[in-house]
Amino acid sequence: MHLAYPAVLAVLLFCVGLYGVLARRNAILVLMSVELMLNAVNLNLVAFDVWLRDTLHAGQALTLFTITVAAAEIGIGLAIVLLVYRNRGTSDVDKLTDLADTGTLPDSGSASIAPATDNPADTAAEQALRAREQTA
Amino acid sequence: MTLAAGHPGFMSPTGVEIAFVLVGIATLGAALVTVTTKQLVHAALWLVVALGGFAVEYLLLTAEFIAWVQVLIYVGSVVVLLLFGLMLTKAPIGRSPDADSGNGWVALVVAVAAAATLVWVVVDAFRSTWVDLGGAAQGSAKVTGAILFRHWVLPFEALSVLLLAALVGAIVLSKRGAPARRSLLSKSEALPMRGVPSERKARES
Repeated sequence: MHLAYPAVLAVLLFCVGLYGVLARRNAILVLMSVELMLNAVNLNLVAFDVWLRDTLHAGQALTLFTITVAAAEIGIGLAIVLLVYRNRGTSDVDKLTDLADTGTLPDSGSASIAPATDNPADTAAEQALRAREQTA
Repeated sequence: MTLAAGHPGFMSPTGVEIAFVLVGIATLGAALVTVTTKQLVHAALWLVVALGGFAVEYLLLTAEFIAWVQVLIYVGSVVVLLLFGLMLTKAPIGRSPDADSGNGWVALVVAVAAAATLVWVVVDAFRSTWVDLGGAAQGSAKVTGAILFRHWVLPFEALSVLLLAALVGAIVLSKRGAPARRSLLSKSEALPMRGVPSERKARES
């Protein structure tokens, strides 16, 4: 078999995963795309291992290790996504903007997380709003 | 490691190559549907097809043990975990219009540019490289077990510690109301929460 076939297939699948990571909005779909990218790398490792006929079979050993690390990664990643969902009520990566530059962010919709306020005037305005609510 | 000088060219493919390309097209199609479909659960199910296609490709490359590990771990556990994650975050069952973010075109440009560059480089580098699939299988369970426990024992054990750490970490992260966090939560409940939609709606009314 020509080595070009598995190599090109791995490249194409990696780029499909890359598109998914960049274009998806749900955090779990982003994790799925990461899995696709990891699998593309595994295909490369296996193909090159078979091509080189390595006596240590480093490619296959590394593939097994990558699969294990991917399983650990998906477990921790899902735990983090569930924690974020429980605390914020959303698993939308576009709305997790606590660390974003607040100057350019519009306040979009009622379900969005309010942007972090490192601005003293903004904080004062929020406090005034809160005080007004409590008196009302 | 041999060059393709005395081997069939791209115009006269062998049977294994034809099978590899056909399974590869199916895998690529399933992966494309996975990253583009609007239905979240369907994305997870198409991911099963894509990962199964990977397993078949491993079998065609004579890496038999890795193919079965792929089926066991990815199709068996990772996809089930992803489905659980989708259901625990109350993903909509039908079509969800906001599955894709607004920067889809930028992502498409980046992905197509990366694919073009990498395909060009890879084809240029490995145009005349021939993989000899004959002889004894390179990745049977016997061979893989021997090399894993003869040459790779220490990384193998280190990985088991990593898996244990990941297990403990996942349990700690997803434990509901740990004592330290409960005091924090009860303190913060006195203040109006800004992020949760129901609270915000109550504040606006």
